[in-house]
Amino acid sequence: MIWQFDLIVLVLLVVTAVISLHVKDLLSASMVFGVFSFLICLLWAGMGAVDVAFTEAAVGAGVGAVFLIATVFNTTRDSSD
Amino acid sequence: MKALGLMVVVVVGALLLYAVGDFPAWGDPQSPASQHEISRHFITQSIPETAVPNMVTAVLADYRGYDTMFETVVIFTAGLAIIGILGMARLTDRESLKPMAETRPGDRDMIVINTCRQVIPIMQLFAFYVVAHGHHSPGGGFQGGVILGASFILWAIARDLPTALQGIKPRRIVFLAALGVVIYAGTGVLSLAMDAKLLDYSALHGFLPPAPADAVPNEIMARSHGMLIVEIGVAFTVSAIMFGIYTYLSSMGRLKGGL
Repeated sequence: MIWQFDLIVLVLLVVTAVISLHVKDLLSASMVFGVFSFLICLLWAGMGAVDVAFTEAAVGAGVGAVFLIATVFNTTRDSSD
Repeated sequence: MKALGLMVVVVVGALLLYAVGDFPAWGDPQSPASQHEISRHFITQSIPETAVPNMVTAVLADYRGYDTMFETVVIFTAGLAIIGILGMARLTDRESLKPMAETRPGDRDMIVINTCRQVIPIMQLFAFYVVAHGHHSPGGGFQGGVILGASFILWAIARDLPTALQGIKPRRIVFLAALGVVIYAGTGVLSLAMDAKLLDYSALHGFLPPAPADAVPNEIMARSHGMLIVEIGVAFTVSAIMFGIYTYLSSMGRLKGGL
């Protein structure tokens, strides 16, 4: 583990988590959530857990984000937003 | 109420951070998990016992194969539940809820479609590599299956669902997913039929051609090949279920239109 790398990734993790909770647009929130997954994947890879990082990249950042976006496309915007 | 919620979050977060201090350091050889006998056994014996260089896969698919078998069943069941619930929605009249954005064949961007035509075969080749090489390098049935499923999803996004479903009929998605579970469980039952324990792949050595005297014995190679077979089973289930979830989720069970 390289602490500079870890520090950057951990700070970005908190930033993406806050953004995905606070952003109004659900599509943007799903995209930022995919970024969050990818950052965790980098963290796993940095710790040498390559199999877990691979799964996180494929499932969390890849297909998970696609499922969220596919669901968001089927929602309607509430007029009170 | 909001202040109360914030207080709970802060207190729980502080407790969690406090507990993190008691964790062993990262990669600490003196930590309880590293000192346990079973950990040493996996590290020193997984290559002599199974001839599989990737220790993670050896634990996942062989030593703890029972776990992974039911993980596959969990994915299968979750996919069936999603397909079942959203398939029901198709039977009731959901058409009136939201006007469907119907797409015509000429609607889609030529650049997107042609890029996908080039990229998807490479994705699928990589998925097969990840599955087939899962016991020698990072990867395996779950990751390869997800990549394979994602390649079908990409085609469904680039074109529309009916085009993507021409290749794999909805009925066949469930069949392929079930086939994966059958491959995994069948390997286990086959070793049971060979008078060994469930999922003890070394019992399958009789199916291998006789090994030369200086090569790895067949009992050990059978465990390596057994892992490959169950990984292929996992890949069948995962890829079919991933594509199935996408098709039903993105169209609310109607299997029409594009994203």
